[in-house]
Amino acid sequence: MAAGSAVDTEERPVTKLTAKDFKGKVDPDWCPGCGDFGVLNSLQKACAELGLQPHEILTVSGIGCSSNFPGYFNSYGMHTLHGRSLPYATGAKMANHELTVIVTGGDGDGYGIGGNHFTHLSRRNVDLTYIVMDNQIYGLTVGQVSPTSEFGMKTKSTPFGSVEMPLNPLTAAIMNGATFVARGYSADPKGLTDLMSQAIQHKGFALIDVFSPCVTFNKDNTYQWFKPRLEKLEEDHDISDWKSACEKAMFWGEKIYYGKFFQIEDRPSLGELEPVLREGGPICFRELGLTGEQSDELLKEMM
Amino acid sequence: MNSDKYDFAISIGGAAGQGIAAPGDVLAWIFVRRGLHLYTYNAYQSIIRGGHIFLTFRISTEKVYTHGDQLDLLICLNQDTMDRHLKHMGPGTRVIYNSDTIEPGEAQEGVQLCGMPVKELSNDSRNKLVQNTAALGVSMHLLGLDFGILEEILTQQFMRKGQAVVDENVGVARAAYDHAIANFPAFPEATPEGEKPQAWWAGNDALAMGGACAGVKFYAAYPMSPSTGVLHWMAKHARDLGIMVRQVEDEIGVATMTIGAATTGTRAMCATSGGGFALMTEAVGSAGMMEIPVVMIDVQRAGPSTGVPTKTEQGDLWQMLGASQGDFPRIIVAPKDALDAFNTVPELFNLVDRYQCPGLILSDLLISEGRFSVDPDDIDFHPKIDRGELILEPSTNGDEYLRYKYTESGISPRAVPGLEGYVHVVATDEHDEDGVLISDEFTNPTKRRLMVEKRGRKMQDIFEHVAAPEIEGQEDADVTLVGWGSTYGAIHEALEQLKVEGITANHLPIKWIVPFHVKEITEILSNSKKVIVIENSYSGQFFRYMRSETGLNVDAHIRKYDGEPFMPHQVANGVQEILAENTEIFVPEHKIMV
Repeated sequence: MAAGSAVDTEERPVTKLTAKDFKGKVDPDWCPGCGDFGVLNSLQKACAELGLQPHEILTVSGIGCSSNFPGYFNSYGMHTLHGRSLPYATGAKMANHELTVIVTGGDGDGYGIGGNHFTHLSRRNVDLTYIVMDNQIYGLTVGQVSPTSEFGMKTKSTPFGSVEMPLNPLTAAIMNGATFVARGYSADPKGLTDLMSQAIQHKGFALIDVFSPCVTFNKDNTYQWFKPRLEKLEEDHDISDWKSACEKAMFWGEKIYYGKFFQIEDRPSLGELEPVLREGGPICFRELGLTGEQSDELLKEMM
Repeated sequence: MNSDKYDFAISIGGAAGQGIAAPGDVLAWIFVRRGLHLYTYNAYQSIIRGGHIFLTFRISTEKVYTHGDQLDLLICLNQDTMDRHLKHMGPGTRVIYNSDTIEPGEAQEGVQLCGMPVKELSNDSRNKLVQNTAALGVSMHLLGLDFGILEEILTQQFMRKGQAVVDENVGVARAAYDHAIANFPAFPEATPEGEKPQAWWAGNDALAMGGACAGVKFYAAYPMSPSTGVLHWMAKHARDLGIMVRQVEDEIGVATMTIGAATTGTRAMCATSGGGFALMTEAVGSAGMMEIPVVMIDVQRAGPSTGVPTKTEQGDLWQMLGASQGDFPRIIVAPKDALDAFNTVPELFNLVDRYQCPGLILSDLLISEGRFSVDPDDIDFHPKIDRGELILEPSTNGDEYLRYKYTESGISPRAVPGLEGYVHVVATDEHDEDGVLISDEFTNPTKRRLMVEKRGRKMQDIFEHVAAPEIEGQEDADVTLVGWGSTYGAIHEALEQLKVEGITANHLPIKWIVPFHVKEITEILSNSKKVIVIENSYSGQFFRYMRSETGLNVDAHIRKYDGEPFMPHQVANGVQEILAENTEIFVPEHKIMV
C-alpha cells in the first residue's frame, strides 16, 4: 500500500479497474432522476482512473438518502450514525492512514446534525475527501427544510416559507481551515469526476459540495433551475486566494459559481503532524502491549 | 490510631490556589518510599481559586482500603479549615497552623496545637506558599522522621526553579523543624518503615495504564471531571508508548472517532463522566450493531445533569444498562479499586475482542481521583492479549467473505479495512450476512430475526470467561453486605469494626454487572441470614437491578448520596441500626463539612 492517501498512480502491479468494478453489491434505491446517481458514477470513475483498488478505499457515510452510498460502491465501507460520518472516518483514517478515506453524505447529515464535526474537521485538516450531496432538503424524511434550504422555501416543516438563512458550506469550510474546497454539479459528470480525482489526491481535508437535485421533494432547486445559473469558475481564478474564493462562493441567485474555489498544499495534514505516525506504519497493524523497557519506565515514575 | 497496627491519618486543608497538592505529594512520596501503604482522598470543589480543599492521607504498615474514620494530624492552611475541622480532632491528635494568621478556637482536651510563627521562621518571606513548606518541617518532627528525608525531596522538587528557591524552602523547613522540636511533643510512635518501597498512582492513571498494557493505540476524550486524569496520562505518555491521543469537539465525536479507529482493528478507548457518556450513548449502540469492539469508561460523579462535578456517586448504573436504543449485547464492569481497574481494562479488551461488542467500565470519583499505593509486584504490565476471531492478514484465495456470517457461536470472523480479499461494509442499519442493508427496501423479517439472534447468542459462553462473585469473610455470618464497585473498601473495613462490636458480617462484592452471575448470587443470598445492600445512590439502582435479574428481595439498605464516599464507620453504624430494627434504609450523616 502507498504511504499516505495521496494516490501513487505509477508502478502498480495490479490490473487497472474500470468504473464498473466499483459497483456495489446492490443497486441504488434512489428515485429515478436523483442527482446522487451522477455522484456515484463520478466517484466510481474517479477511483478507476486513479488506479485504486477497492480494498484500499474506505467509504464512510451517515444517514440520509445519499448516505446509503457505501452499499452501492465496491470498497470497504462504514454506514454510520446520522451526522457522525466525519468523526468515524477520522478515527479510521488516523488508525490506518494508508487507507483512502472518502466520506459521503447529504446537507442535513453534514451541515445540520453533523455541523459541529464539519467545523472541526475543517480546522483539523484530516486527510479525507468529503463529498456532500447537497439537495437543500431532507429527502429520506420526506421533505423538510435543511440547513442549505433557501430563505422562504416552502417545505413540509415550513409550510409558510422558511424564515432562516441557509449556511454556506464553502465559506464555512474555508474560514475553518479546510485546504481544498470545491462545488460540483451532479449533472456535470466530467467536471465532477475531475474534482473528485483532485480531492482524493489532495493531502488534507477536501470538501466537495455537490448540487445534487432532489427530484421528489425539492421543486425549487431543480435541474432546470440550476442550468441557466451555474457558471464554471474562470480559468484565472486564484485558488490560493481565500478572499476571492469566499467572494465567489457567496454568489447566489442569477449566477452561481461551481468548480474548485480554494486549495492550498503547504499545510500539513493531521496525519503528517501526528508524531505517532512518523514511523511504524498504520497503528492498527502494530504490535500490542508494552516492551519491558516501557513498563520499567512507567514503574519508575510511580516510585 | 489503632493499637495493633500502625494506622495513621493526616489531612491538609485550605482554599483552592493555596498549593495543597505540593506538600501532599511530598508527604506521599515520603510514605511510599518508606514502604508504607497509602490511601488518599481529596474533597474539593469545581473552582480554581477559593472554596475548601481537604486532602486526606491514611498510611499503614498494612494495606489501606479507605481514607478511614478519623484524623491524627490536621494541617490548616487557612482559618476556614481550622473552623471546620478542629472540633473533630480528638485526644492525642496534633493540629499544625500558621499562628500569624489563624486563630485555633476551642479544641477538645488532649489536642496538641502546633502554631507556627511563619513570618519569623521564614525571615518575613513574602511567598504565600512558604507556610506549606513550614508545615512539612513541623510534620517531620511530629512524625519522628529525619529532616534529611524532607531536604532531599524538597531539593528534588524545587531544583527546576533554581538553587535560591531550593535554599529558601529547605531553610524554612529546617527552621520549622527546629521550632517544632523545641515546642511540640512528637507522636509517641514514630512513622515506621514498611517491608519494601511501594509505588503509587491515581485510579485514572491505573485505567489509562491498563489501556496501554492492553495495547490501546487510540485514545480520545473531551475533558470532563472526574475522568480527565485518563486523558492527561495518555497525552503525557502518547509519544513514548505510540498511543494516538485526540481531544475531540464533543463526546459524540469522541465515541464515534474511537469506534472508527476500532473498526480498523486498533484497540481504542475513551473515557468521560456521566454527562459526556449521555452524549456517547447512541454510539454505544452503533458499536453493538456494527459489532466493533471498543472500551468506554464512565467515571461517575454526583448527578443528575451537571450535578456536583467534584463529588462521587454510583448513579449512572441504569444509564449504562440502558445506553442506546435497541437491544444488543454489551459488557458492563465496575472495578473495586485502582489495581482492579488497571487489571480490568485488558481483561475487558479481551472480552470485547472475543464478543465484538462495546464494553463499559463504571468507575467513580473515589476510585479515579483517589491516589493509592500499590505493591509494584502486583502490577502485571504484560497481561494476556486475546484478540478473538480477528483477521489482520490479506487473502487471495477468492473465497467470498461474509462479515456477519451466521455461525453457531454467533461470532463472525472480523476482517479489517485495507486487507485484500475481505471487502465489506459495516453498517449501523440492520444488515444481512454480507453487510448489505436490509433496513429499507430489502426488509426481510426472517433475515432480521436471524441477525438479532446471531448477535444475541454471542454471549452464551461468557460466564466461562468472567469470575463469579464470592463471599468474603465468615461463611455463616449474621448479615451479608452486598456492594458493587468502589464501595468495596468501606465495606471491607466495616466488617472489622462490626467484629469488634460482636457482629459477624460477610461481604459480597459484585464487579460484573453484565453479564450478571444470577445463579451464584442467588445461591449465596438465599443462604444468607440477612442481606443489606450498600450503594452510593438514592433510589438503590444496584439493588433494583439485582432484584430484576434474580427476583430476590433483600432485608435492608445503606445508601449515601451526599457526594461524599462511605466511611467505614458509617457502614458499620448502618448495620447496627438495621440489626437493632431501627430502620430498613439507613442514610449516614456526613459530619465533616467538605
